[in-house]
Amino acid sequence: MANKLETIDVHLHYGDFHALKGITMAIPENSVTALIGPSGCGKSTYLRLFNRMNDLIPFTRITGQVLLDGEDIYQIKSSKIDALRRNVGMVFQKPNPFPKSIFENVAYGLRVNGITDNSFIENQVEKTLHQAALWDEVKDKLKKSAFELSGGQQQRLCIARALAIEPSIILMDEPASALDPLSTGKIEDLIFELKSKYTIIIVTHNMQQAGRVSDHTGFFYLGELIEFDKTKKIFTNPAKQETENYITGRFG
Amino acid sequence: MTHLDSELKMLKADIIEMWRLVINQLDKAKDALTNFDRDLAEEVVENEKRVNSYELKIDRDCENIFALFQPVATDLRLVLATMKICNNLERIGDIAASVADFVLDADTDFNKSILEHTKILEMYAIANEMIADTLEAFDKEDTRLARTMFKRDKILDKIDEAALDRVMECIQNYPEQVRNSLLVMSMIRKLERVGDQSKNIAEEIIFYFEAKVLKHKKKKQKEGDE
Repeated sequence: MANKLETIDVHLHYGDFHALKGITMAIPENSVTALIGPSGCGKSTYLRLFNRMNDLIPFTRITGQVLLDGEDIYQIKSSKIDALRRNVGMVFQKPNPFPKSIFENVAYGLRVNGITDNSFIENQVEKTLHQAALWDEVKDKLKKSAFELSGGQQQRLCIARALAIEPSIILMDEPASALDPLSTGKIEDLIFELKSKYTIIIVTHNMQQAGRVSDHTGFFYLGELIEFDKTKKIFTNPAKQETENYITGRFG
Repeated sequence: MTHLDSELKMLKADIIEMWRLVINQLDKAKDALTNFDRDLAEEVVENEKRVNSYELKIDRDCENIFALFQPVATDLRLVLATMKICNNLERIGDIAASVADFVLDADTDFNKSILEHTKILEMYAIANEMIADTLEAFDKEDTRLARTMFKRDKILDKIDEAALDRVMECIQNYPEQVRNSLLVMSMIRKLERVGDQSKNIAEEIIFYFEAKVLKHKKKKQKEGDE
């Protein structure tokens, strides 16, 4: 399996704070990679490297290489950053639908990218709502406000919104932590379905979730990548004692 | 289908494949015995490695499912039952290989009269049917069929109990077949174990589908516990 993303000796500082310490990791294409670790370990910071969201935080300094399909995304022209962010969709912890209809939430990304062909937009909205396993639940109320949906449905709507502009990578920052177990199960099943077409990186505090959904897992601690391996290996026989302590709840 | 569902489906497919391989092994060992086919016996011994590989793979898959999915209720019982069924199947695989080894140890054809008088062929037929029926019970969720193992095992026990006297009679009647008579005795001892393993498998099938634990219960309770 080819590597879609790769970081080589990446260091990131927020001012004086050394948030990522020499992270080298390769993320295979069309797979799910989970990032686990205690709060403040750097996993979300690492996730945000890939769509250059850390750039938006003042006094951030990054060294090392972040490669997407072999190209260093920190060496591209500023004018190409929008294209990068179209290629790298993101889903956040709390569902954040726009104050628009269900249909317009999904169509939004297409419209802001200059697409005006209504029949294309309608097809794309239906296709991505199907992909996000939401179509059957919303097909009769596409004109209704997205806020009328449940939390779990809103999160799947946000995933549909991210998929509509056809990215190749989806970043998920604790996508199910605000949801009930049933909605969480639906999101996890969705992640499992999506990996055949997308490269997915998921940050999660829920280790069982990492086990259920991911092919590879990286364990972060104090800004360092302690261990990265196949999820089966990490959860049955991790190489590092720190990983073992964390996943068995004996941390610290 | 959820991720866990697809993992469980693959696990079931693997255990069923292992089951079929073991049934096949037992069948071939019987044919090797009745036809004194040494090539076939060697094939059975060689194929034992495949049975062992299945055991390792299924054990590893069960370990992964526990570690990654924390199954509960029916899913949990399926994984637990599969692990134990796998272990019993591997032992039946060992028995098939042992019978084939005994065939290879013989220096001449087994006299048909010995095979009939000791009732090893009758025993073999019952053992083969039992293991095949455990697979059908698992596949079709038929716990009634699984429960028939407890009575059928008793028939094997009776043949086994009478085996020593019958083998001694064979030794007296066919002095040129002493070695083979003793080999048949050893095979009978092994085949009796197939009944026990089939019974263990039946208990796991009932545990999986009905959540009932029949281990260490009296035979009448097991048969009547419907």
